[in-house]
Amino acid sequence: MIQTVAENELSVNEKLKIRKNTYQNGKGKRISIVTGTHGDELEGQFAVWLVGDYIKKNIGCLNGTVDIYPALNPLGIDSITRGIPGFDLDMNRVFPGFSEGTMAECVCNAIVEDIKGSEVCVDIHASNIYLRELPQIRISRDTAESLVPLAKMMNIDFVWVHESATVLRSTLAHSLNSIGTKTLVVELGVGMRINKDLGYQLLNGIINLLYELGMWSEKPDFEVRQPIVSFDGAVGFVNSDASGVFVSDVEFGSEVEKGDVIGRVLNPLTAESEPVKAVCSGLLFTLREYPVVYGGSLIARILSREEEN
Amino acid sequence: MKKQIIYSLKSPYRENLDVIGFTFGSGEKSACIVGSTRGNEVQQMYICSQVVHALKKLERQGEITEGRSIMVVPCINYYSMNIGKRFWTMDNTDINRMFPGYEFGETTQRIADGVFRQVQGFKFGIQLASFYQSGDFLPHVKMMKTEFSQPEKMLEFGLPYALTRKPRPYDTTTLNYNWQIWETQAFSVYSYGTETVDEKASQVSVDAILRFLSAEGIVRANVKPGYVSRIIEENTMQQVHTEHGGIFKTLVKIGDTVYEGQVLGEVYNPLDGEKICEVKADKCGTVFFIYNKPLIMQNSVAYKIVDF
Ligand SMILES: [Zn+2]
Repeated sequence: MIQTVAENELSVNEKLKIRKNTYQNGKGKRISIVTGTHGDELEGQFAVWLVGDYIKKNIGCLNGTVDIYPALNPLGIDSITRGIPGFDLDMNRVFPGFSEGTMAECVCNAIVEDIKGSEVCVDIHASNIYLRELPQIRISRDTAESLVPLAKMMNIDFVWVHESATVLRSTLAHSLNSIGTKTLVVELGVGMRINKDLGYQLLNGIINLLYELGMWSEKPDFEVRQPIVSFDGAVGFVNSDASGVFVSDVEFGSEVEKGDVIGRVLNPLTAESEPVKAVCSGLLFTLREYPVVYGGSLIARILSREEEN
Repeated sequence: MKKQIIYSLKSPYRENLDVIGFTFGSGEKSACIVGSTRGNEVQQMYICSQVVHALKKLERQGEITEGRSIMVVPCINYYSMNIGKRFWTMDNTDINRMFPGYEFGETTQRIADGVFRQVQGFKFGIQLASFYQSGDFLPHVKMMKTEFSQPEKMLEFGLPYALTRKPRPYDTTTLNYNWQIWETQAFSVYSYGTETVDEKASQVSVDAILRFLSAEGIVRANVKPGYVSRIIEENTMQQVHTEHGGIFKTLVKIGDTVYEGQVLGEVYNPLDGEKICEVKADKCGTVFFIYNKPLIMQNSVAYKIVDF
């Protein structure tokens, strides 16, 4: 059943509508799957299509309610705009919104009110166009205790527990977690593209989550990936010091040794180059996708092999 | 006057981004004035250029107090200004959401870090800020309410209104907020206009800044007396929203006194010209803000009214 969660009149002959599709069978729990907060992140589009398609075909296995919100920022998705078009505003800095507020605040508030009370909410983000990411779930430290066990059910490669930053208090995930709706933030792939394999990986994760929550009767017939769980201290950041055009010399998702050349920043005018080296040994889980870099541009993130905390 | 490059960044193909700072006087770091951090803040840069102009003259006349120094940074992100973008050229991030910055971080974190090192440690910080909502408003000065802030100091600007703002999560990465955290009394001065240069409005801001610097004994400038301002908490202002989207027409002007229930503006159907709704004041007061575009959405802030 398709319902409108929030709507707001635009200037000329059109309404902005945030919609969801509800799949229901039996009286079990409810989970919500949301994506499309950032209009340039599309990996979630394929993933939620797969989930919807799979549930429709196997509705008898479902015991409970699955709400799918494919586009929290429909205007952004329809116009390749990360934020809300015309507002220069990152929607993920407006939650929990305000029912008496502006258009963005009203819409964000209605979304939070609608998702509230779900057993779990899965918020699917892709990376931006600059970086490629291995499938991961990001959890702020203060919610780690309740969320890490859920994240482990999601068939992802790793879980990053990070310090909570004040500025992140306006995200959908923080807003929901602070009112007791457990919310997992998934990051994967790259902006403006769809990697089908990642969609299937996430489908399996969500079906497994349903099974573990007692909302799916059939035991999944695949092996669920056991993610590496790590803390901030275990993540090494590689930023470019040079400016120019980055080309990588290693494979994304591979293991690198400290000091290895990950790639080079080229100067096509002088035909010179600057090597970019790994700051620690470990798994290359983030890698630069968009070639043009300035000093400071993030080139890679490495999950250190040494146990740190 | 000393002109210096306070921060420099290399780009793949453009000339370096050299952020320029002008220093007047010497000794105690008394005041720092920062202009545009975004590519569309032309008016904010222009106001700073006029402050530089005025301070040059005062310095020549020996009217900068002995042992006091002032730094002016008119424009941080002129890379974006030169190509007609508001945010950072490459990744569209906002430098004014990156403070205090991070030396080893992303490009705009590095710019914020490099600039912040130079603009911190002053007794007073003044930022020429632009409004995130599109509209006209009365000139005012604003201060973030922290444990450290002294809102009474805002009165020295002599602008019609002085606002205090309770910081929201997304305010914590602005220059203004971080100045306060590092114990600089920080003010944001809001002038009419952003993408256009408005001479009259610019003069109002320049006068206000010189008035403040004079009141603090940092310069001796001859400025005409300002307003007796009042301190108002920003969130006590009445916000008037539109009930429908369409073509917006205002019936009142900025600074007008309005009464309870007065029709302030109207929204028309953009296709057939029928009036869809009226926008009314909930209580009496002075019109502080008016939305200034012809097209308006439902639930937009059309007016802000301040209690006289
Ligand atoms: Zn996102």
